Amino acid sequence: MSDKEPLFSAKNRKLLTNPLGSDNPITIQVLGICSALAVTAKLEPAVVMTISVMAVLALANVIVSLLRNTIPSRIRIIVQLVIVAALVILVDQILKAYAYDVSKQLSVFVGLIITNCIIMGRLEAFALGNRPWPAFLDGIGNAAGYGIILVIVAFFRELLGSGTLYGFNVIPQAFYDMGYQNNGLMILPPMALVTVGIIIWVQRSRNKALIES
Amino acid sequence: MNTQSNTYTFLYAAIMVVIVAAVLSFTSLTLKGRQNMNKEIEKKQDILKAVNVASTPDNAVELYDKYIVEAIIVNSEGEVKSNDKAETFKVDLKNENKKDLSERNLPVFIFNDTKVGKKLIIPVRGKGMWGPVWGFISMEPDRKTIFGATFDHQGETPGLGAEISKAEFQKPFTGKQIFDESGVFTSLKLVKGTASNNPHAFDAVSGGTVTSKGLEAMLQDNLSSYEKFLKSSK
Repeated sequence: MSDKEPLFSAKNRKLLTNPLGSDNPITIQVLGICSALAVTAKLEPAVVMTISVMAVLALANVIVSLLRNTIPSRIRIIVQLVIVAALVILVDQILKAYAYDVSKQLSVFVGLIITNCIIMGRLEAFALGNRPWPAFLDGIGNAAGYGIILVIVAFFRELLGSGTLYGFNVIPQAFYDMGYQNNGLMILPPMALVTVGIIIWVQRSRNKALIES
Repeated sequence: MNTQSNTYTFLYAAIMVVIVAAVLSFTSLTLKGRQNMNKEIEKKQDILKAVNVASTPDNAVELYDKYIVEAIIVNSEGEVKSNDKAETFKVDLKNENKKDLSERNLPVFIFNDTKVGKKLIIPVRGKGMWGPVWGFISMEPDRKTIFGATFDHQGETPGLGAEISKAEFQKPFTGKQIFDESGVFTSLKLVKGTASNNPHAFDAVSGGTVTSKGLEAMLQDNLSSYEKFLKSSK
């Protein structure tokens, strides 16, 4: 890679945009499914989770990329894990002191961020072999690709399951008076999996190149 | 340098662990004070929320001092052990609930406001699905009718168990009775969908069965230790 390569060269832009579509971490690589099921009952936690994963993934990618030539390959997974865990605790501690409300919302996600396979996957597959700037973009891009699916799933689950969007009622009372009911099944984790499945199906039928032979 | 050798690997791991530990402990120590202050403010806000007084982190301390006129510690026999406001605030239910009933320090916060009148606020703490759940129950001066309730949790699932911290879940507690018609302590029972016209029951959270059951057990365990206090000095 030459030093004169522009910050947002075509190649670097791809790092940001590919994970949103044809290389999406959830629908194509099928990583990070566990947290996608856990936090998508409502839009709000899905958004909070996206932002936290983005912060941690981008930072961890940059740190691992800076250290990539020094990390002994036999303990690289442990090194990555320590970096991610330390970052998550650091972020949590700072939020607890300076943004207590946000930290309360994050409570359950902190553990989930550490176990998110996307983070380990990107550190291992990308940050270990690339420079900090592309690694940073890759982190942002993959977190965004993860987030977009989370938000889509949460949108349908909250709308159909609770009749609200971001906590606000969107289904008029008249519908309920006519006999409409919220589908309680949508709130339960299995429907998250079904929703993710439908997204994967829609995506693959629109883009045949993604179908494995 | 050979980054594959054993010596290098061991040194690398050792140095990394020391650096990370130092950074984390430094952060923890420097932020401890602020974090504890935030927790105290939150507790004050929760106590006020149980009597429907809305507060912000900025004015919580002031409102708490204004409305909570007295705070006492009672024992399971209903006798007052202490009436030191600061000491009562510091009682940690996590430790108290481990003790034998007769040795427990049971805090009661007394709220007074010229418009709403006098209310008693009782803290409760129990187990949810993933971690502790806690809350504050405020009682009318008749000591059997619930005036308001607020619950919070450490890590219940968002959208499921975590719904206990929402106003929609907490509001229906107003007006519930923890003693039956003949004056026997009943606490509140968990039911499915039919609690709105039953003063001795509350509705479960859909998808949050374990959390709801934990809440039921929490009310039973904590409120029952106040039974004699609530029955005495009418």
